[in-house]
Amino acid sequence: MEDLKKTSLYDFHENNGAKFVPFAGYSMPVQYKNGVISEHLHTRSKAGFFDVSHMGQIKIWSKNNEKEKLIQELERLMPCDLYNLKENRQTYSLLTNSNGGVIDDLMIANKDLYFQLVVNASQKMNDYQHLKDNISYDFSIELEENKSLLAIQGPRSEDILASINSNIKTMKFMDSIDISLADIDCSISRSGYTGEDGFEISVHNKNVLQLVEILFKKSELLPIGLGARDSLRLEAGLCLYGNDLTSEITPVEANLNWVIHKRRRNQSSSNINFLGNTEILNQLEKGSFYLRIGLLPVEKAPMRTGCIIYLDNEGETEIGIVTSGGFSPTLNKPISMGRIQSEYLEDLEKVYVKVRDKILPAIITKLPFIKTKYKI
Amino acid sequence: MKYTEEHEWLKQEEDIVIVGITEHAAEQLGDLVFVELPNKDLEVKKDQEIVVIESVKAASDILAPLDGVITEINDKIVDDPSIVNSDPLGEGWFFKMKLNNPGELDKLLDKEEYDKLTS
Repeated sequence: MEDLKKTSLYDFHENNGAKFVPFAGYSMPVQYKNGVISEHLHTRSKAGFFDVSHMGQIKIWSKNNEKEKLIQELERLMPCDLYNLKENRQTYSLLTNSNGGVIDDLMIANKDLYFQLVVNASQKMNDYQHLKDNISYDFSIELEENKSLLAIQGPRSEDILASINSNIKTMKFMDSIDISLADIDCSISRSGYTGEDGFEISVHNKNVLQLVEILFKKSELLPIGLGARDSLRLEAGLCLYGNDLTSEITPVEANLNWVIHKRRRNQSSSNINFLGNTEILNQLEKGSFYLRIGLLPVEKAPMRTGCIIYLDNEGETEIGIVTSGGFSPTLNKPISMGRIQSEYLEDLEKVYVKVRDKILPAIITKLPFIKTKYKI
Repeated sequence: MKYTEEHEWLKQEEDIVIVGITEHAAEQLGDLVFVELPNKDLEVKKDQEIVVIESVKAASDILAPLDGVITEINDKIVDDPSIVNSDPLGEGWFFKMKLNNPGELDKLLDKEEYDKLTS
């Protein structure tokens, strides 16, 4: 078996009573002593600390200072508007494939001299290769394995970071700036994947432990594992790559139409086509076969990934599949997301989902399941 | 108290046994969020899947430890599965059953053997 990689904070996790699981080639904390539910609720009420250093941090820049050309190259690979993405701002986007499916979802920031991407751990080598293969030799690309990534999420995040550097307070949702925390150089974005206000901090591996010790002087901060990270993102109605979003699922099917920037929807202009744009723009206009929806199980049994969704309680007409599901600690009941054939969706309120040997009702609901608290 | 390799405990009270899961199992499973118990009066065979429990992350089955009949179930843990985490050996019991052959209890693990299994 392949040896699992460790992040620079492995010993820190162990000292905090972490239980580890293999995740995308890394040994990562799934929970700490208090357990998933208490970690989840702590993040929603105060602030949680997440080591997400397994995620990929990719830097791309032009060797000849030809940023406009670089933008053109990148826009062929993702449907966002990099021309109008201001310096020190970031946006959520997708790497699409030629069929309109999704290679990965990511954050991309304009750092003036370069673009900074944060991609999923499971896809990072793949993404790196895809970017390398599809941008010309005038550009440099680096997978920054010498950097750690930390997330601080929850209502107390701003105060915790501002007590170290008050300039944090000037940041808005999706700002991404270079800033020092207690003399440690960091790149911080006001973003995250929990539905809470929060920050992601990129910092050199050699400084990460020192920074973590400073952060944990604030007693409101607790370390949070991957278990609660998953339930937090599910409540926030966010996609998990590999489940809700795959190379076979288009952004339109995943209900991510907003990610296809308006400027990129016009095929007749001088716009650069992005990979899969024919299929994606066609689906934007005519609708897609599947659509991602939220589900609230009527009874107590969680409806998990892979459960089949039916139109009827006899299980005769299969119309979709659960792509993410579990227990919502905030709502104290199970929640799920799934994909359903869109032709059935009009006026459809209730579906039936097979859980083990039972077919149980679930109500179709709007996403997210909780009110998000981004500082827009 | 007797134990199974499936991490259940059995406590004999006259002609019935109370069954639950061990502290070790409760800790390994993490926060429980769903429990489905068998019906009262159900006749069960050893190793039959009769309880479904789900933690935040995953579902598992609890097997009947021996042959017998279910005489009582703990509805409290269906309403609030977290009781299993907070008091697995007490309030967090699962069901009571009448054994077809109480002598079979002797074949199960004692505390020392179970502790060895989980150490």
